[in-house]
Amino acid sequence: MSEAALARNGRDLRDTALGDAELDARLSRTWGTTASLIGRLSTVDHKIVGRRYLLTALAFLLLGGALAAVMRMQLARPESQLVGPDLYNQLFTMHGTTMMFLFGVPVAEAFAVYLVPLMVGTRNIAFPRLNAFSYWMYLFGGIFLWSAFALNIGPDVGWFAYVPLAGPQYGIGKRPDVWAQMITFTEVSGMAVAIEIIVTAFKQRAPGMTLDRIPLFVWAMIVTSFCIVFAMPAVMLSSTSLILDRLVGTHFYNAAEGGDALLYQHLFWFFGHPEVYIIFLPATGMVSTIVVTFARRPAFGYLPLVLSLIAVGFLSFGLWVHHMFATGLPQLGASFFTANSMLIAIPNGVQIFCWIATLWSGRPLFRTPLFFVLGFFFIFVIGGLSGIMLASVPIDLQVHDTYFVVAHFHYVLIGGAVFPLLAATYYWFPKFSGRMMSERLGRWHFWLAFVGFNLAFFPMHILGLQGMPRRVYTYQPEMGWGSLNLLATVGAVILALSFALFVWNVVSGARHGDVAGDNPWDAGTLEWATTSPPPPQNFSRIPLVTSREPLWAERQALPVIGGLAVDDRQLVVTTVTEARADIRESSPEPSIWPLLAAIAVSVLFVGSIFTPWAVVWGSIPVAIALVGWFWPKGSKEDEE
Amino acid sequence: MKARTALLLSVLALALAGCRGWQSALDPQGPQARELAWLFWMFTAVLTAIFVAVMIALVVALMRRGPPRADPLAVDPAGERRTNFVVAGLAAATGVTVLVLTGFSFVSQRNLFRVEEEAVTIRITGNQWWWDIRYEDADASRSFTTANEIHIPTGRPVKVKLVSADVIHSFWVPSLMGKQDLIPGQENDIRLVADRPGTYRGQCAEFCGLQHAHMGILVVAEDEAAFDRWRDAQIRSADPPDNPDRQKGLQAFLSRPCVMCHSVRGTPAGGRVAPDLTHVGSRRYLAAGTLPLSRGNLAAWIVDPHGIKPGVNMPTMKLDPDDIDFIAAYLEGLK
Repeated sequence: MSEAALARNGRDLRDTALGDAELDARLSRTWGTTASLIGRLSTVDHKIVGRRYLLTALAFLLLGGALAAVMRMQLARPESQLVGPDLYNQLFTMHGTTMMFLFGVPVAEAFAVYLVPLMVGTRNIAFPRLNAFSYWMYLFGGIFLWSAFALNIGPDVGWFAYVPLAGPQYGIGKRPDVWAQMITFTEVSGMAVAIEIIVTAFKQRAPGMTLDRIPLFVWAMIVTSFCIVFAMPAVMLSSTSLILDRLVGTHFYNAAEGGDALLYQHLFWFFGHPEVYIIFLPATGMVSTIVVTFARRPAFGYLPLVLSLIAVGFLSFGLWVHHMFATGLPQLGASFFTANSMLIAIPNGVQIFCWIATLWSGRPLFRTPLFFVLGFFFIFVIGGLSGIMLASVPIDLQVHDTYFVVAHFHYVLIGGAVFPLLAATYYWFPKFSGRMMSERLGRWHFWLAFVGFNLAFFPMHILGLQGMPRRVYTYQPEMGWGSLNLLATVGAVILALSFALFVWNVVSGARHGDVAGDNPWDAGTLEWATTSPPPPQNFSRIPLVTSREPLWAERQALPVIGGLAVDDRQLVVTTVTEARADIRESSPEPSIWPLLAAIAVSVLFVGSIFTPWAVVWGSIPVAIALVGWFWPKGSKEDEE
Repeated sequence: MKARTALLLSVLALALAGCRGWQSALDPQGPQARELAWLFWMFTAVLTAIFVAVMIALVVALMRRGPPRADPLAVDPAGERRTNFVVAGLAAATGVTVLVLTGFSFVSQRNLFRVEEEAVTIRITGNQWWWDIRYEDADASRSFTTANEIHIPTGRPVKVKLVSADVIHSFWVPSLMGKQDLIPGQENDIRLVADRPGTYRGQCAEFCGLQHAHMGILVVAEDEAAFDRWRDAQIRSADPPDNPDRQKGLQAFLSRPCVMCHSVRGTPAGGRVAPDLTHVGSRRYLAAGTLPLSRGNLAAWIVDPHGIKPGVNMPTMKLDPDDIDFIAAYLEGLK
């Protein structure tokens, strides 16, 4: 018998012993997800989990958008009777909470869960079972919040739930508890994904992908993940102590008993400001990727772009007080935060300059993804510049908590994050589905979204200056805000139409779109080196990276490395800085326990808003689920 | 492109039409608001210029049609070096710009919060959803309480102390000054100055619950003499009713739960959890800027406060229709 045949029958079959076709087939079997119900619920494939994340986040975007549409209808004319104050307060709280916690952060993580392993050339995300668990937690948290809303106990205290309004005395019923506990759900899930991304990007990169060859989107996700790791504990602290105040009678925020209402604001915004960048930084990574592909040249200023990301990540932790300029803080302290808030304009400016420079010396190819990126430039620059106004203490004292701020953060969040996300969807859709979205519908979508957005949100700047505070369910005719509000509502309707078109484009693209092929845009990064959609193992042979844009540098054939086992879920672990192949490591098999653990934890979380004892008895099923999860099952991953 | 320009112009036209108003940051009526408006327009000018420059650079970058790039990796090293200098220069310019803007902002902030000897001290307590107003005076007999409407002398700094009785509110009269929060457990203060007589509206700017939208406050600036007259009138207790209807109104008012919450100085009504009504008839608005004050609106408010301001703390009471008329007549006469 030949050596190859021997190896084929032996226990340790390596990829070097097999031809391409057989290797593909065997690896698909090793890495695949079985089609049974249990198989689907047990999957740990980052692409399947990522796809679920994406679709769920998209569903929450549409739900959150529907709430916004109702609010715009209510505000279209003065003293409208469409919805009353009680429902309106739930509407804007649900809108903000859904968009920030169930759409903004998760959607970026969804893209990362799907794309980061592909972009760094590995076969699965690090800690894939934790990844499955994080998705279930996110889904259950979202269902919990929306069920509460359907039962008319949706939170009504605003998406930052200031005390004492959300405290035990004024926050009636279970509404603020629902909000605070939903935070716990999404933070657990966000934190888990952040850790997976960091480890995947640092330890699982394909050999040769040194730190300075990491794709810019992956860099953006690394910085974002670190922001999540440092910011989210603050909000967990604030929401947990809020629950304690409400449920077991502590006095963290009760001024009458020596607590402090402002402490809550400090804790919340210490998370809340980085949160904005947690949503925005992944979008910059998407913009970098798309600009490079459609300018058809490498990014101008790779190093400044990466350093800017890191600088923004750091500075984002020193800005939180600019949400609190009107709370009577010492003037000198406030000035420090003015300076810091303005400072962040520098790294953000550098990114914009580098992108324009890339387009300048490239030859731009005008496709839908690039259109959305250009829309991003227009809208985000306006939002960034109005952010400089908000950084100034005096100007902020006029516009804080008015529609000017509403306009500003929608320019930043929709312009800075949603437009890039739409660009990214058009760009990576072929990889996700194997088919292209319609270019013609894409153009219509873009122009409707662009015009609708600006029509809806630009007038709000003026409304704010004319004295319209945010979070009012109505206004009197003599205030003179009627016509601009009507204009904003017209814009919102156009924006909503554009999203209907988008959903249609996604659905029809997935069914009848043109077949995409591996690399429809002729892009340079590794996710385009495999089939569309990728096979369960992502890459049958692990690429060896020699350049920042491996597919541009190696036009003939991508160099690969060999030696991984075929019948076992093996992947290559590399060194952090130079990405030298270090060890072979078995990646976990599918397991139903993450789902069971998520159910157990959800029961504990939901129960604990009704009685503190739920934490005690709820921990028993959690313990059982974790024991089941980690019980040695004699698989490869346990032996090593 | 033409259509968009037209659109932009129409938006601007709408905007400018709305610049003047009794609750507008763009219609400053005092030195602080003027300082703020100046700073706002200065920032707007600088930032708009930056925006236009960035957009021009972007458009030029897109219009340049270089040769097709068969090999995307082929870049011109000399060109890259030149671009490096340009980008570094622009980054430095950004730094200088934000530094200068920070400087302007800092100077404005100092001007805004400069402490000057105040002519009048007012203590405002935020309540869901109305403003309790106390004019403080070293002479205790010249202190008095009112609600939802403050009068100030023109040209003189007025010190406003801000506290809250329940949740966080924010005091904001845009044509005079930026906002400041009212926070339980602490006292903030700001100063107001109005240039000329006029009526300026303000509104709670921090979300405070169901009726956050209906928590208005009125600032009436008047010359020193008129202000003194007003103050002297407010210090006095309520005059006794001057006709039989109002007499019946007073009787009805005192025999109903009204007195549990409201005060009318000079009568046994001494409740302290709702607006002081001693001179309610002299105010321009009812229910924190919700309804213009009139006998009809007073009656409507007493009959159905929850229809007008859903969720308000004033309970709906079963009253005889005649009694409602009499009470409204009595209250309207409390000038």
